[in-house]
Amino acid sequence: MSDITNNSLTEIVELIKKKEIKSEEVTTAYINNIKKGKKLNSFISESFDIALKKSQIFDANPNFDSLLPGIPLAVKDLFCTNGVRTTAGSKMLENFVPNYESTVTANLWSEGAFLLGKLNCDEYAMGSSNETSFFGNVMNPVKENTVPGGSSGGSASALAANMTPATIGTDTGGSIRQPASFTGTVGLKPTYGLCSRWGIVAFASSLDQAGPMAKTVSDCALMLEAMSGFDPKDSTSINRKKENYSKKLTKNIKGLKIGIPKEYRVEGMPNEIEEIWEKGKKILKEEGAEIIDISLPHTEYALPTYYIVAPAEASSNLARYDGVKYGFRSSNGSNLIEMYENTRSEGFGDEVKRRILIGTYVLSSGYYDAYYLKAQKVRQLIKNDFDNAFIKVDAILTPSTPSAAFKIGEKKDDPISMYLNDIFTVPANLAGIPAISVPAGSDKNNLPLGLQLIGKPLGEQTLLNLALSIESKSNFTQNISKWWEK
Amino acid sequence: MLIDKDKIKHTAKLARISLEEKQIDSLSKDLSNIFNFIEKLSNINTDKVNPLTSILDQGLRTREDKVTDGEIRDKILENSPSKNEEFFIVPKVIE
Repeated sequence: MSDITNNSLTEIVELIKKKEIKSEEVTTAYINNIKKGKKLNSFISESFDIALKKSQIFDANPNFDSLLPGIPLAVKDLFCTNGVRTTAGSKMLENFVPNYESTVTANLWSEGAFLLGKLNCDEYAMGSSNETSFFGNVMNPVKENTVPGGSSGGSASALAANMTPATIGTDTGGSIRQPASFTGTVGLKPTYGLCSRWGIVAFASSLDQAGPMAKTVSDCALMLEAMSGFDPKDSTSINRKKENYSKKLTKNIKGLKIGIPKEYRVEGMPNEIEEIWEKGKKILKEEGAEIIDISLPHTEYALPTYYIVAPAEASSNLARYDGVKYGFRSSNGSNLIEMYENTRSEGFGDEVKRRILIGTYVLSSGYYDAYYLKAQKVRQLIKNDFDNAFIKVDAILTPSTPSAAFKIGEKKDDPISMYLNDIFTVPANLAGIPAISVPAGSDKNNLPLGLQLIGKPLGEQTLLNLALSIESKSNFTQNISKWWEK
Repeated sequence: MLIDKDKIKHTAKLARISLEEKQIDSLSKDLSNIFNFIEKLSNINTDKVNPLTSILDQGLRTREDKVTDGEIRDKILENSPSKNEEFFIVPKVIE
């Protein structure tokens, strides 16, 4: 048989169900790719022994009545996995081995999948290029010395390089959609509350949401179906019936109204981004959707709002890393306070420290009203913009990112230019609404470009259907030379 | 807005992060730039806007007050950097 790892997740599931291939063969094929792919640095930990054992157990007594029968999956190293080291890309958690399993990974395992390894990411998911990881930067399989995006950079890289059939990431301000766009893959940030946050290393709790990353829209639907669902252990989990996204997936988008927000046409945006946006509009129109110009007037305030809210929540969440109960502890310091201060200074990287300080500052006495409270008010205005838009339209089409993937090191020393990467993705997190990035073409350097569809709360099915239309008509082909194997 | 070195030192103290002089300089520069960028928010009048405290329509659920785990002391202690059989160990705090 030809290389199984070239297939989509949906195809592999079918082949396993038809008994044309065994789980162990699939698992071995991915393990081989991972072994040859060290240069990409997309894995932090490998769990090959566990995966092989699980695949053999599956093959010996297969249950084909599950969504992911005998499927090996690598996941972002932000999901706690029982008995397998979980680092969040930080020195602080370098040796942390959880004794519990995150709800979303547990959901995947109960559908027949098992863990293949843990994927690199920006430290505590803070970054847009995977350059802040304590375990080193990750390369984009599309092009050498190019970033895969972040923070779910290892997830995107491993997926695009056929080192996992699908994966999951987390998205606080674009951390699923931006790397998906940079690597020519599909990434979905669900509605806040659709996937449980329990057992995920927290960054900014009112924005964090786990979601699928996959090669195709169908795969994305299947993964979302498997990972989502109510969880009593997450107080913000939405209690509703599970959707059959993959069964309901259809290219019929006739009559859907698609908003084009004029505020997303930002200064200095390359022509190629503008062109890909036009291409998306044309495809959706040809497939029977109605294109409507809309306004989201507070768009320009989304990023400044995000850079108050997210660091504020991060500074609070990361206060737990004090070197006492788990994680790294500094051996320097003569008393308790010095132990805390040195532990946090030595355990956190520069970007994490920067954000903790921003967050601590905006929450500190005398500044709270001017920054944090102000940001919460503007966040309400941003949410109102979307509420008003969704009276008129079913979904909103925008570019996923203001540029294609950039070179490693290019933006590392300029936090603001790095933050601007998330200009189109951050608003959906602030409003808690779902958004998907789907590849729609390439730029002149052959780097993939994605389009983003933003939907109503719990409008994932509509987004998947629209993305399927774009996927089937955009003629995007992944062009990866496997340069890292040479 | 200038976030000067004294403000960085004070904030780092609140955040319990020790910093070297060199780091204080670069953080002062970075944070000043970031706060200049954030300043944009002062252009919007929000006098009549209520702050968004939850993006969910639902309120927080309550649950029955009963223990659902427990008896996992040893498992919890496993990840501690310093412990004995029953306790986390920290540097001495009482003279």
